[in-house]
Amino acid sequence: MRLFSFVAVLAAMVPLLAGGAAAEEEKRLTVYTYDAFTSDWGPGPRIKEAFEAECGCVLDFVAIDTSGGVLSRLRLEGESSKADVILGLDLNLMAEAKATGLLAPHGVAAEGLTLPVDWSDETFLPFDYGYFAFVYDTEALAQPPRSLKELVEAPDDLKIILQDPRTSTPGLGIMLWVRAVYGEDAPEAWAKLARKTVTTTKGWSEAYGLFLEGEAPLVLSYTTSPAYHMIAEQTERYQAAAFEEGHYMQVEVAAIPKAAPQPELAGQFLAFMVSPGFQTAIPTGNWMYPVVDLPDGLPPEFDKLVDPARPLLFSPEEVSENRQAWVDEWLQAVSR
Amino acid sequence: MHEGPLRESGLGGPVRDPILSVSALTFRYEDMTMVFDLAVGRGDCLALLGPSGGGKSTLLNLIAGFETPLSGRLEIDGRDVTAVEPAGRPVTSLFQEHNLFAHLTVDQNVGLGLDPGLRLDAAQRRAVEEALQSVGLAGLGGRRPAQLSGGQRQRVALARSLVRRRPLLLLDEPFSALDPGLRLEMLDLVDRLRRDHGLTVVMVSHNPEDAHRIAPSTAFLCDGRIAVQGSTADLLADPPLSALAAFLGQGRRDG
Amino acid sequence: MPWWLPAGLALSLVALLAGGALLALGFAAGGFDLAETLGQPYLWRVVWFTLWQAALSTLLSVGFAIPLARALARRDFPGRGLLLRLFSLSLVVPVIVAIFGIAAVHGRRGWVNDGLELLGFQGLHYLYGLGGILIGHCFFNLPFVARVLLQALDSVPPESWRVASQYGLRSRDIFRLIEWPALRSVLPGIAGLVFMLCFTSFAVVLTLGGGPRATTLEVAVYQALRFDFDLGRAVTLAVVQLVFCGGIVFCLLRLSVPGNLTLTEGRVYERPDRADPLGRWLDGLLITLGTLFVVLPLAAVALAGFNATASAVLSDPRLWRALGQSLTIALTSGGLALVLGGAVLVSSRILRHRLQRSRAAARLELSASLILVVPPFVLATGLFVLLRPFTDVFALGLPLVVLVNALMALPFVVRFLGGPMMDEAQRHDRLCQSLGIAGWSRLRLIEWPNLRRPAALALAVAATLSMGDLGVIALFGSEDFATLPLLLYRAMGSFRMAEAAVIAAFLSLVCLLVFFAIDTLLGRASIRLPGRSVRHA
Repeated sequence: MRLFSFVAVLAAMVPLLAGGAAAEEEKRLTVYTYDAFTSDWGPGPRIKEAFEAECGCVLDFVAIDTSGGVLSRLRLEGESSKADVILGLDLNLMAEAKATGLLAPHGVAAEGLTLPVDWSDETFLPFDYGYFAFVYDTEALAQPPRSLKELVEAPDDLKIILQDPRTSTPGLGIMLWVRAVYGEDAPEAWAKLARKTVTTTKGWSEAYGLFLEGEAPLVLSYTTSPAYHMIAEQTERYQAAAFEEGHYMQVEVAAIPKAAPQPELAGQFLAFMVSPGFQTAIPTGNWMYPVVDLPDGLPPEFDKLVDPARPLLFSPEEVSENRQAWVDEWLQAVSR
Repeated sequence: MHEGPLRESGLGGPVRDPILSVSALTFRYEDMTMVFDLAVGRGDCLALLGPSGGGKSTLLNLIAGFETPLSGRLEIDGRDVTAVEPAGRPVTSLFQEHNLFAHLTVDQNVGLGLDPGLRLDAAQRRAVEEALQSVGLAGLGGRRPAQLSGGQRQRVALARSLVRRRPLLLLDEPFSALDPGLRLEMLDLVDRLRRDHGLTVVMVSHNPEDAHRIAPSTAFLCDGRIAVQGSTADLLADPPLSALAAFLGQGRRDG
Repeated sequence: MPWWLPAGLALSLVALLAGGALLALGFAAGGFDLAETLGQPYLWRVVWFTLWQAALSTLLSVGFAIPLARALARRDFPGRGLLLRLFSLSLVVPVIVAIFGIAAVHGRRGWVNDGLELLGFQGLHYLYGLGGILIGHCFFNLPFVARVLLQALDSVPPESWRVASQYGLRSRDIFRLIEWPALRSVLPGIAGLVFMLCFTSFAVVLTLGGGPRATTLEVAVYQALRFDFDLGRAVTLAVVQLVFCGGIVFCLLRLSVPGNLTLTEGRVYERPDRADPLGRWLDGLLITLGTLFVVLPLAAVALAGFNATASAVLSDPRLWRALGQSLTIALTSGGLALVLGGAVLVSSRILRHRLQRSRAAARLELSASLILVVPPFVLATGLFVLLRPFTDVFALGLPLVVLVNALMALPFVVRFLGGPMMDEAQRHDRLCQSLGIAGWSRLRLIEWPNLRRPAALALAVAATLSMGDLGVIALFGSEDFATLPLLLYRAMGSFRMAEAAVIAAFLSLVCLLVFFAIDTLLGRASIRLPGRSVRHA
């Protein structure tokens, strides 16, 4: 009962904060997600509108700085969390999130998924995916490397900007990518990459911003990044370099906490998440690939993107087991 | 108000009807320990003379309550005020400088003596005017300190001490920066106010002339002690201590 | 009222928030593997690097600020007042904005390299690495230090300059005999503050440091909280940071000597070392270089804002709503910081002035800065754990942002208001005591009229500092909440670099305007006192 009154008080307070737009007795769905997802430029607003029209409820996004923040928020709140859905965890955080025991099976059939890998997880449902890639400035670099090995072995005056695996998802991605390609020889590869690295930033924004400022001709980003420049800026200047070994994959997932105050609504949201209503917002909102076929297909610019020959992916358990050791190894190698 | 003829007290002798009595008031500043014993009769004007660093100002600060003594007792007007905060003591102080608030008018500066919140009623405003009149500043109430001469500024401060109606007035060399003529004028003003308003004055000075002019009695301080206290005329004419003689510039003449 | 009460209340708030956050997180952690955490060579490498870069940054900031402050003290030129205000502003530029400004000037494709190539030289790649960290930290701190040191130099009484003229002291002697003693009274405090800021620097060190070798403790804390969810480790690291940084700053303070700082009108005195033509030339060079160093990155930020998206961004109601929220936060937390800083100073002033314990006073003032050493992630997470059992933290978001920002601005208020308040006490404390002017009356009649200008400056710094801060809200999680810096990050996170550039320029401009508005309106406006209206020139 106490939990109920707590939620009731909260529900009464939220409209006050939101400007009193919604009536008190309306059903509310609370989704914890990372900041960029709900931003005005992100997919959040479109998804909110579409889902609210469908469910006759109010969808509240709680924006937390990063996807790591979403998970730690849930862990701190534990059983008393008011989150109905957590959205935006990276595949690499899945094992740890599952180990908290705070999440319930989603119960949504994942049959129509067009993910390049098989998906059978009962707790997590993917909502988008993409591939890490080195984006290059065609005006500064005529011949981009054609493989990770070529990049690693390139002369040291080929400069790149990377992100830090200790603080960012792409940083973790490149670390796993190098590991997937080089295996035990990863440290040597890192030592060579370190000499080409202009800087290693805290997050994607800083790195990409510096790249656009011309600080380096290559930056770690996603294969889908050029789509933004082609669609929003009508320029083909920035392109992703296709690597022969394949590209490391990123899958973003959502889950329902066991303690969700509105489990049914949460289930409805997850089903909606893998439907076109949600998925159409992904390509030009999150600049990632949708996980289902869209009725109108992808924007034509997406056809011009690099289509990786082979998706590279460690299982969440492998990542969880080895992450610390691999980060240490990376740190050793690049700090030499 | 009591204003009897002053009997000159001899060295450490009893003072009739003391308004201020200081007993074994101890204070330490860095390495120097000071112990003061002093009594001042009601209506008297006592000059505190002595070399710099001898403890004159410290004694005045202890009486005013700006410094806290380690031990000893301080009585003013028959009341133990050793632990009373400065504003609660029946004294009012005039400093060498910064007696006025530069951003306030003369009226306001004097008015602060009546109400520290400066909310004055008509009667209090009249009292401010009267006080200004009695120090010879009638009509200047609207000015700012910057528009006054040095002597006029100290007159404003004197006017404020009048409206406060505290029986004991402490002067910490307030006129030492003035021209000789002006200084004497101000001393005479203090003397007149003392008589008219029945005040008792304790005045720190390094100039024996000041004592001569208006202070019937004098205490000589050096090394954190009151070395001698008595009639100004006697002490200055025939210094009983070589330190006092040296202070007066008479030390060499003996030889 | 006992002397310790005002500072006691203000510092209790600091201790409650900082200590409470750490303790709450510590309890939530369940277990600590102290030996494991403290036994890692990685940790000690990070600690040494953090110490090394912070010490070097402080040394350089202060080392360059001294000659710059001297040059500024000697010379008067058109725009000097404007420049000095810009100098107070460098601190409040949001970190990410500054990084891009600095990259635009010093980067591989920056203006300096453009200039060199134009002159036929090869480009220099000096930005990323230790040099980049130092450039970044000097950009933030050097102007601020120079501003405070200039204040100290201006407080040298004019008589000293007359004596110096009469005895024909040379520049070197003037420094040794007059300027150094004046600087010494403020140097330890200001160096301590800069050291703390550099010690806890995160994005500047990581981005401009060029690689993972450049890792500060804050990075390790962030990693522990955001990636490893190792609360025990995060708390341990935060305590290591507190102990090292706090300890060093307190040691630094032992070097302090009591002194007074007067806020003067900033006029240039007739000093004997003004006439020397070589000196004039050198001063001109120093001031030009210092100005370029500070102004160019800011100009780069402003110029980047003039792009095709500008009109769209500026006509977007969301920008103006964010501006409204930013202003609300800035002004409330600025005001709160002023009140808290004033409270600390009331107590430290009594310590210094009435009780003659100036070292204790300096320590008191420094304790107010210790919140700077608590990593914001630890603070936010700890507060979350602390407050959640009692209330809905989500609803508390705005007050918490205001409160934490106010505490973060507290050290700067103490720095800017401290000198003038001590000076005010020097002049009027005894008079007030003897007349029984205390409490509200004293504040209204005496302190405020006399301290309005430095208080306005302190408020302006505190408010703009809060304005540029990303805010703990981003760490708590929020809905329907967007300050300008948050909007800026969101734009960047969605590829909208051009829009972000407009927001960055807009944010910097707003900071500048808020700063000038507070400084001008509050610092110079006429005030009313009972009796007559009083107009200040």
